[in-house]
Amino acid sequence: MARKIIKSKYFVEEDFVEVLAEVPAGGSSPLPTNQEMKVIGRPVTRLDGYDKVSGTARYTFDINLPHLAHARTLRSPYAHARITAIDAREAAKMPGVLGIIHYQNVDQIPWYGSSFLFDPHLRYVGDEVACVAAETEAAASAALKRIKVEYEELPFVVDAAAAMKQNAPAIHEGGNIQGGKPAVYARGDFDAGLAEADVVVEETFTTQVEVHNPTEVHCSVVNWEGDRLTVWDSTQAIFSVRDTVAQSLGLPASQVRVIKRYMGGGFGSKLTTGKYTVMAALLAQRIGRPVRITLDREEMNLAVGNRPDSVQKLTVAAKKDGTLSAMSHWSYGAVGAYPSGAACSWPLRTIYQCPNVKTEEYSVFINAGPGRPFRAPGHVQGTFALESILDDVAEKLAMDPLEFRRKNHATIDQVMNLPYTSKKLLEAYDAGAKAIGWDRRRKVPGADKGRYQRGLGFASQIWWGAGTPPAGCILKLNRDGSVRLIAGTQDIGTGTYTVMAQVAAEILEIPIERIQVNLGDTAVGPYCPLSGGSLTTPSVTPAVADAALQMKEKLLSAAAAILEVPQGELVYQRGEVRHTGDTSKKKTIVEILREMREQTLLTYGARNANPEGYAINSFGAQFAEVEVDTLTGHVKVIKVVAAHDIGRAVNRLTLENQFHGGILQGIGFALMEERVIDPQTGKVLTVNLHDYKMPTIMDMPEIEVIIVSEADTKISNVGAKGVGEPAMIPTPGAIANAIYNAIGVRLHSLPMTPDKILMALAQKG
Amino acid sequence: MSNEENGNNISRRKFIKGVGVGIAGSCVLPSLEQSAIAQAKEGGDAVHGGKELLSLTVNGKPVRVLVEPRMTLAELLREKLQLTGTKIVCNQGACGGCTVLLDGHAVYSCHMLALDAAEREVTTIEGLMTGEELHPIQQAFVDKDGYQCGFCTPGQVMAAQALLLRHPRPTREQVLEGMSGNICRCAAYPKILESALAAAEKIRKS
Repeated sequence: MARKIIKSKYFVEEDFVEVLAEVPAGGSSPLPTNQEMKVIGRPVTRLDGYDKVSGTARYTFDINLPHLAHARTLRSPYAHARITAIDAREAAKMPGVLGIIHYQNVDQIPWYGSSFLFDPHLRYVGDEVACVAAETEAAASAALKRIKVEYEELPFVVDAAAAMKQNAPAIHEGGNIQGGKPAVYARGDFDAGLAEADVVVEETFTTQVEVHNPTEVHCSVVNWEGDRLTVWDSTQAIFSVRDTVAQSLGLPASQVRVIKRYMGGGFGSKLTTGKYTVMAALLAQRIGRPVRITLDREEMNLAVGNRPDSVQKLTVAAKKDGTLSAMSHWSYGAVGAYPSGAACSWPLRTIYQCPNVKTEEYSVFINAGPGRPFRAPGHVQGTFALESILDDVAEKLAMDPLEFRRKNHATIDQVMNLPYTSKKLLEAYDAGAKAIGWDRRRKVPGADKGRYQRGLGFASQIWWGAGTPPAGCILKLNRDGSVRLIAGTQDIGTGTYTVMAQVAAEILEIPIERIQVNLGDTAVGPYCPLSGGSLTTPSVTPAVADAALQMKEKLLSAAAAILEVPQGELVYQRGEVRHTGDTSKKKTIVEILREMREQTLLTYGARNANPEGYAINSFGAQFAEVEVDTLTGHVKVIKVVAAHDIGRAVNRLTLENQFHGGILQGIGFALMEERVIDPQTGKVLTVNLHDYKMPTIMDMPEIEVIIVSEADTKISNVGAKGVGEPAMIPTPGAIANAIYNAIGVRLHSLPMTPDKILMALAQKG
Repeated sequence: MSNEENGNNISRRKFIKGVGVGIAGSCVLPSLEQSAIAQAKEGGDAVHGGKELLSLTVNGKPVRVLVEPRMTLAELLREKLQLTGTKIVCNQGACGGCTVLLDGHAVYSCHMLALDAAEREVTTIEGLMTGEELHPIQQAFVDKDGYQCGFCTPGQVMAAQALLLRHPRPTREQVLEGMSGNICRCAAYPKILESALAAAEKIRKS
C-alpha cells in the first residue's frame, strides 16, 4: 500500500510535539458503525485476563535472572545541600556488596537539562546520592547506611510563593521561575470585556500536590550481553527509555532493547526514564552481572513525580443574559526541583465561548521532588477552579449552572481558530442531566436542614483526543488461521492488548481467541507513541485496522489467482474467500496459504495522518451527587454520572473500567490525597500508603457511564478518541459544585477534607 | 571512571571493555545461600547469618527452608519459593497487595515474619488454581473485568477468597468491608465488587 511521509503535530500531556510519520497515502476510510460490528464496541474480556488472575503475569518487579544482583539508592536527607565529601570504602567491604557508584566515580551524565545523574548539588529530599549493587536487597540497603557522606546544608524553600520572592534560596542559576518568565496567552481585549460585563467574580483557588503511587514500584532489570543491553522496565514509553538510556551510556539506540510486558500502573509517573535504570546499567557493567533495581514506597513518594500544586486567581465577567465577556487566569505552581510544568489554564482558554481572555502562569522551582505529568496534567486542577467560579457566576446571574454552560457553548477551538472534528458536549449535558435527575437539584444552596445535607453539581471536560502517527502494527496471518499482532506500543493496564485484537478480529472475522498480541519490546515492534495523554487507542487501533484490511486484500488477491477468477467477483467472509456467483468456488485461509506455499502472510499497517484544519478533542460532563455530614465534615459521593464524547467506544468493558478509575482518582484528588511537606525540615511527611490517603472500595459511589458519541469519522478508520484522562478531569469540579449545592458555602481549596468543610460551615454560621 | 578522558561522555571503548563479561562471568562466585550458611556456621553476621529452619505448608505442600529471622512471609514466598504471584506494594501492611491466606484467613504477607507462619498453612494465588484451571473467583475477575493493570489482583482475589470462606452468601456491604483492605490504584472497585459477588454466585451454584 502506498505510503507517504508527513509532519504530524500533536499535543501530549504538556506540550505540542512535532514528528515525521509514515502514513497511508490514501488516508483512511471509516469502518462501519458499532451497531454493525460483532467484536468492536462489545464488552470483550481481556486477552491477558488469565495471566493477571493466576499470578503468572510477569511484571518487571517479578523478573529474575541467573546471578541477579540487587541495587538500592542512597538519597539526600536534606532539602538542599552540597556534597563536600563521600567515602564508600567501608560500605564496599560489607558482606555481599558488589559495587557502588556516586558522583566521584561515574562520568557526568547530563540529566534534567542542567544537572547530572549524580550531581553533588542536591536539590530535594530524595535526590540521588549513590547507588549500591549487592547480592541481596537487604545487603544493598545495609551498605547504604555505611556510605559516609558529608553535606553542606543550604537554605531551602518548599513553597512556591516563597520561592518566587526575590531573596529566596536559588535552586538553579537563573532563578526559581522556570524559563525565567511566565507563560502568557491573550485574545481579544480583556479590559473591554470587563467593562461591558454586568457581573464580575474574582476568586482564588488552590490545589495540592498529588502523588501517582502506582502499585508496582518503579523498577528495572538490566542485563548486558557484550555491548548490547537489555532493559526490562516498568514504563509507559519503551522507545523513550531506549533512547535516553542509550544516550546516557553513549551507545547507539539499536544496542539497547527495552521490554515491558506487564506493568502495575503508571498514571504518568512512568512516562519519564528513571535515573535508576541508568544507574543499574552502570552497575551491571562494572560488576559483570545483571542488576535489578527497585524503589521502595518511600522513594515512590519522593522521587518519581507528582502533580504540581496550584494557586489560581480567576476573574470571570458575564453579561446579564449569561454571555461570558471576559475571563482571566493568573496562576503559579511548584514543579519541584527540576523542570516540569504547572500550567493549568487550557480549559479556561478553550472550553467555553469567550472573546476576551488572558492567562499568565508561573512554573516555580522548589526544593521538592520534581513533578511529572499526572493523568490530565493541568486540566484536573484548572477545571476544578474554572467550574467552581462559573457556578458562582451563574448564581449571581440567577441562572441554572447547566443553562449557563449551554449559553456559552463553544463551537470552535478559540485558541487555534479551528473547527472541531466533532463535539457532542451538548448531548452529554442532556444525557447526564437526565441520568442524575438534575431537576432534583436544590434551587437554594444549603437548603437541607438536617445533619446530612445533599447536593448536585456538575463540571465539563475538554482534552486532546486525536492520537497520532507514527504508529505501526505488523500483522502475521499463520497457516493455521491464527493471527499475531506485533506493535511497539505498551499496555499499561488499560486493555491495549485486547482492543488491538478486537479490531483485527472484527475485520478478519476470526475468533479473538485465535489472536495473539505482542507489545512492549523495542527490538520487535514497529514504533508507536508512548502510552500517555490518552493517545494509545486512537493511535494504534487505526494501524491494526489498516494492517487487517490489507490482509483481507491480500487473501482476496491470492484466492483470485488460485481460482482463476477476477478478484472483484470474490468476497471475504469468516476466514474464507467465496465467489459471489459460483458457491463451489471458495478457499479458506488455510487452503490459500497452503497453495501459496506460505507459512505466514505479513502486512504492515500504519496510523493515518490527522485531518488538516481541525482541532480534535474529547468532551464530557460529569454530574455528582454528594452527602455532607455537617457534624463530622465527611463528604460521601453518592453517585457520579459520566456522559462523554470520546468518539467510538472500542470495548465497553475496559472503557467503563477506565471511567470508574478516573472518577475514583478524581474523588481521591477532590477529597483526600495530599503530599505534605514539613516546612521546617523540607521532608515529605506522607511517604507511605498509610499517611498518603487514596480511595478504597469504601469510597466508591454508584457510577453510570454514558457514551454520547459514535465513531469520529474525520479522525481515522476506527474513529476513537482517548478515554483515560477525560475520565478524571471533571470529577473534582463536579464534586466541589455538589458540595456547594449541599451546604451553601464554597470551598476554594483541595482536598476538601473534613477540617476544611467544618471550617467553612463555621464561617457560614 | 572519571571525566578526565572526554568530559561528559563515557568513553565507548572503555565502556564496552567493561561490559564484556555479561552474566556468564559471574558463575564462579559462590551463591549467596552457600556463603550465608557458611557464615551462619561461623557464628553469624548481622546481614546474612543466623538463619532459622522454618517448616510450613504452602499451597498444600510441605516446605522446609532456612530463613533469616528478619525475612517477611512475602519475601519468603517471592524470593525463596519463587511464588511471584504475591506482590509487594507498600511493604508496610497498608494496602493489601500481598494478601495471602494463613489457615484460611487473609493476612498481609509483607507485614508478618516468615517464621510466624511456622507449622501453618499458607495459600497463595498460585494455590488457588487446580492445575491450569482457574478457581471460580479468578474466573469471575476475568468475566467481570475486575482489574486493570492487574498488579493488586492476586491480593484482591485472595481477599475475596477469605471473604467467601467466611461469608459464602455475602451482602454488598460484607463485600465492601471484606475488600476494603485492598487498594487498587487503577480503582477498578466497581468491577471488583461485581467480581466478588459473581464469584459467590458461581460457587453457590456449583
